[in-house]
Order: sequence, then C-alpha cells, then structure tokens
Amino acid sequence: MANKLIVSPSPHVQSAQSTASIMRDVVIALIPALIVSTIVFGVNVLMVTAISVASCVLFEYLIQKLMVKGPSTIGNWSAVVTGVLLAFNLPSTIPWWIIVIGAFVAIGVAKMTFGGLGKNPFNPALVGRVFLLIAYPVQMTKFPAVENPALDALSGATPLAAVKASTVGAGALPMQDLLLGNMPGSLGEVAAVALLIGFVYLLVRKVITWHIPVTVLGTMALFAFVVAATSEGADVTYMWQFPLFHVLAGGALLGSIFMATDYATSPMTVKGQVIFAVGIGAITMCIRLWGAYPEGMSFAILIMNAVVPLINKYIKPKRFGVK
Amino acid sequence: MKTFPIGGVHPSENKLSRAKAIEVLPLPEVVQIPLGQHIGAPATAIVAKGDKVLTGQKIAEATGFMSANIHSPISGTVQAVDMQLNGQGLRQMMITIKREGDEWVETIDRSTEIKRDCNLEPAAIIAAIKEAGIVGMGGATFPTHVKLSIPPGKKAECLIINGVECEPYLTSDHRTMLELGEEMLVGVEILMKAIGVEKAYVGIENNKPDAIAHLAQLATKFKGIEIVPLKVRYPQGGEKQLIAAITGRQVPPPPALPIDVGAVVCNASTTYAVYRAVQKQMPLIERVVTLTGKEVKNPKNLLTRMGTPISALIEAAGGLPEHAGKVINGGPMMGRAMVNLDSPVTKGCSGITIMSGKDAERKTPGQCMKCAKCVSACPMGLEPYLLAKLAQKKQWDEMEAQMITSCIECGCCQSTCPSYLPLLDWVRLGKQTVMGLIRARMAAQAPKK
Repeated sequence: MANKLIVSPSPHVQSAQSTASIMRDVVIALIPALIVSTIVFGVNVLMVTAISVASCVLFEYLIQKLMVKGPSTIGNWSAVVTGVLLAFNLPSTIPWWIIVIGAFVAIGVAKMTFGGLGKNPFNPALVGRVFLLIAYPVQMTKFPAVENPALDALSGATPLAAVKASTVGAGALPMQDLLLGNMPGSLGEVAAVALLIGFVYLLVRKVITWHIPVTVLGTMALFAFVVAATSEGADVTYMWQFPLFHVLAGGALLGSIFMATDYATSPMTVKGQVIFAVGIGAITMCIRLWGAYPEGMSFAILIMNAVVPLINKYIKPKRFGVK
Repeated sequence: MKTFPIGGVHPSENKLSRAKAIEVLPLPEVVQIPLGQHIGAPATAIVAKGDKVLTGQKIAEATGFMSANIHSPISGTVQAVDMQLNGQGLRQMMITIKREGDEWVETIDRSTEIKRDCNLEPAAIIAAIKEAGIVGMGGATFPTHVKLSIPPGKKAECLIINGVECEPYLTSDHRTMLELGEEMLVGVEILMKAIGVEKAYVGIENNKPDAIAHLAQLATKFKGIEIVPLKVRYPQGGEKQLIAAITGRQVPPPPALPIDVGAVVCNASTTYAVYRAVQKQMPLIERVVTLTGKEVKNPKNLLTRMGTPISALIEAAGGLPEHAGKVINGGPMMGRAMVNLDSPVTKGCSGITIMSGKDAERKTPGQCMKCAKCVSACPMGLEPYLLAKLAQKKQWDEMEAQMITSCIECGCCQSTCPSYLPLLDWVRLGKQTVMGLIRARMAAQAPKK
C-alpha cells in the first residue's frame, strides 16, 4: 500500500474555485443584463450575443490549434466572457459580419497574440469594440429607437449623446428609465439594475472585490458633482442629478463592474487597483465632458490598462513588519 | 474579534476529532528515536547496542546549546543505533529500542495530582526544561530552553501561548487545553516566571468555544493570564501572525525575532510539557497526536509515546482507508507527505492527516490569469505570483529585493490559486537559493580567523 502513496510538498489543499468556474460566474452575472436587453431591444440581442460568443470561441480554438499548436483553451470559458462582453458593447442592429470582425480583433489580435489568458495587456473585448467604433462609426453609433415618450427628444441617440449635444438636460430622463434600461444604447449598458445584480453576484462568489467598481463610479460621481456645482446657475437638483446621470448612463456600470475588473488587465494590489480606478473615472469624465465622443469608458479603461505594468512595478502590497 | 492584519485564508476546518477525548495508545513493542527531531544540531547518542534503558532515561544528549536532549519513551534493550528511513524516506540516525515491560526512572512523578507551586529560580526552570528535552510541539520543534533564554540587551514584555491550532483537521492542542487546561495554566505561570513577565495571553481561535470557556474560567484562579479568543483565520498560529493578532505589534523582517517586539511565544501542548518537566520531572517522551482524515473510520486524539510507528496509530483509528492517497505528517496546509508509514512519531508530530481520492491529488496547473488572489492571501504582504515567476527566471537578486526571505511557507498563496499553480514550490526553491546566497555573502564578509 505504501508504494501507492502520493508525495508532494505542502500545501495539500487546493482552491474550490477554478479558472473555468470564475469565468462561468462572470457569464452568469451578465445574464440579468442580457434578459433586460432582450426585453428592451428584442430577440436581435440574443442573435448578436450568440454570433459574438461563437466567433470568439471559434477564433480562440483555431488559433490555439493551428498556430500555437497547444492544448485547447476554450474549456476555461474566458473566450465566452470576451464574446458576451463584446456583444454587450454593440448596438443590437449591427450587421453580423461586423461582429465577426470585432471578435477576430478581440481574440486574435488583443488576446492570443500576447499568449492568451492572463498575458494580454489590454482588455480584449474593449480592443474589439474600439476597433469597430473607429472602423465602422456609422453602424456602431446607430441605435434602435425605443418606445418611450420621455425619450422622443432623443430620437435614437443615447442619453449621453443627447446630453452632450445639449438636446436635453441631464434631468430629462426619468430615473426609473435609467435604472431599468428603457433607452437607446449598446446591448449591455442600458440596464443599471441588472448590472448591479450581476455585481452583487460577483461579490458573493468572491470573483471580484468592490474596490475597482466603487472607486471608478465614486470618482465619476465626484468629478460630475464638482463640475455641476461650479457651473453657472447650478441648483441643488442639478448637483445630484448630474452625477447620478453620469454613473447610470452609458457604459459606466458595465465598464466598471465587468471590464475594469478583468484580472489580467488590472493591478495586483488593492492600492494599485484604487489608483487604476481613479484614473478610469477621471479620464472617462474628461472625455464625456470635453472630448469628441459622448462616451469615454472604453478609452479610459484601455488607457489605464497601459499603465498597469507600471503600477504593478511601483505599488507594492503592505509588507508585514515594514513601517 | 482580534486577528492578524494582512492576508490569510479560511480553508474548510474539518476538525473531525474535536469531540474525541484523548485516548492512550497501547505501548509499542519497538520504538525508533531519531537523534535529529528538533531545529539545531542532532543530539548525540549516549547509549549503545545491548544497553538496558528505563522509561524516561536520557539516551541522547544535546549537542551544544541549539539542540535538545532525548529520553527513552519505553523500557527495554537498545537494539541498534544506526541509519533508518524517516517519514520522508530519507536515512537518519535513530536509536531502536525493543520494549520489555514499562519500568520508569524513579525520580519521575507519574501521579495526575496537580502540583501548583513552583519555587524554582528562572535559571533552574530553564535548566529543568532543557534537561527534559522540550522543543516546540506545534511542528517547528525549536528548542524551548533557547527561546526562554532572552539574549542580553533584549527584554521580554509578555508571554503568548499558542492555542490557535489553525491547521485544518488537527485537534491535539484543542483536546490538551480542554482536558489538561489547569496543568497547562500552571505551565504558563512557570514560563512567565522563567522569562520574568507579569502578563500572558492564551490565543485560541473561536472555533474552540469550549476550550475558551474552560480556560477563561480556570484563568480566574491565576494572576496575569488572559484568554484571547481570535477570529478563525489561517495562518494565525504562525508566530508572527499570532503576536500581531494579540499585541498589534509586527515583528520586522528577518533576521528580527519575536523578542524584538518583546514577545515570547510557546505552543499550548509545549506549555503542558513544561508543566510536567518542571513540576513532575517528566521528560518529553509522549504527546497527543491527532489521527484524522475524511475517510478514516475513527478519527482520534491519541496519547502516544515518542518513537511509536505511525502505522500503529493508523491501525488504532481503523486502518488505512481504502482510497487513501496521501498520508501527511501534520495538517494539510504545512504538513509533510509521508513515504514510510512505519516511521516514528516525533516531538513535532501534532497529527497525521490522511487524504483520500481526489483530495490527495494535485490538480493540473493552468496559466496565471493575474487574478491577484495570491497577493491578497499572503499574510506577509508578498507577491507570490511575482516571486514564482522570478524563481523560474532565476532572478535571485530581484527575489531578495522583493523580500522572499520573509516568506513563512504557510501555503496560503497556492491553496487559493484557481489555476492550481505550484506557487510555493517555486517560492521555496527561490527562498532556499537566496538564503544560501545571503549566507555565502556573510561568510565572505566575515573577518578571517
């Protein structure tokens, strides 16, 4: 019997979590938003998501098999996560071939070129989205109109775009519409409540910690508050409406909960994560208020992704016993 | 509730034998006594083949200050003093004794009556502890008399008794505190006297409420002893973590020692052994060993003579389970996997944990996805993912700069890794190499004699 014993160094305990279980949890956390999005925009949402996920998984499978010539990595579900996140960043009316191109850029260029899971410096889904935004600006910013009398003034523009163009004020949208997603936008960004449910799920399952999302949103709210408070003719209503609008509209929640928390492209220490998150919040608000685009979340995350290696080099955890 | 400041994990506790009273294991027919079962120089045998020995008789003497005496756990005839296989399958010098009856050295008081008063001077207490061959029984096996000999220029401010037992499965300290609590508290008093402090804390994790309540009630009869319940978190039983949890003081990185923050830490079972050594002249020849595992028929806490083959303990608990895959000397976080089940129980053996089926196997490692769970889990504030990478690249200088020598090898990083990476394997390799380089550098700098 003794010769059958396994011998290995300690510890003899391993995590109950696995890469696949974590990635599956992320997909599960995105399902509430997918459901709300399907209710708001129709069955097209499911088609876009299915095409995106299928292409991402296929590209990863083919690249791993034909070019890397290594064991298949699609079993870890990370390509599925990228697929769903990419879809969530697209309008529901996008042509199918643009989705496939986006998936290729996300997986082929942004992920596998660098060595796959954990080695990519930039968030793959965001690289895919930003590529499409620049390459196909017309298709990427054409959003289907939603039947909502409060939004007639928007006529197919996202709330952020409408507010930026000063068509409507930040207070024009009823709060419940922002929360429940009754407005034009990308698939995954319209349902604040659904995204928050996903956030809670990820926290409970210990997939992410609260630091990055809360810091990003807090920075954005503070930034918006200061801008609102110092603007001409600011009244009290505007001073809370404006920050709340910026936190709930556009990709703030989707980006801060699901994209900025991407393991490979965020810092390794809590202190570093807070610095990273403050940067994302501030850059997002600068682009939204003074930049060329109505939304700046994707750019902000990608810019801060580039700073992560530097943060990891200089921001060290609190060492035990060192003052 | 108090706990240590950085990192830590909470593995499944699996304290299967928590409610099992200590049982006396029948005396073994043959014992094997390794000469090196403590940190420091192995002891020097003072018996030879053919010698008759009594239970409790000294059979090996400490080689210098940083070493410990060893006594015969049974009476009988020395059969051999030679190289034998230890638990890890390595050859080690051992004394083999065949039992004949159980005749004790006369001076040892074997009664269970509690002897409260101790009129010895500190130096005499430390001498009695050294004579009895007492070493840290929590697993580290650091000679206790060395720990109690406060170096000149340093001052002890408090004594901390380690009743944390944060390793999953193990319950030997728990049962000792519960069943031999009063004796242990007398031991605490003796240790306080030995190092000249007025205050002692007994740190116990709050998954042992019975032990906390029992000792807190007993402690009212003692002066200066406080029972401190601690939040359940591994590795709270680590010396530095325990000191930080109780006093809030952090021991600086190596070569600093607990005494640099005024603390002396002693394990609960060791404290009981100190009581017996000083009050009863009883050398360290037996200890409580937890024999446990999910598939073990009767997990038990066994009062075992040193040198007893571990296979005898396994038999007493119902035999090796059918799907046993790994037998660990110690708990699953820091214990060592065994090759040779006939190897003996030693002073540092607090338990034997048997892992079965899939639990015994390492899962296939994947790719690091930078989830940072290892960084959050590290109780020393290190970056295990980075240290493992640096070790693979043999960047020893950078590893030293990243404070590899602070690693206490608790295994939090590896046990929390969702990619099942062998982080601690790499970190250990790096730590050993870096420590070797540091020693070589110091030797080169030292003035030639």
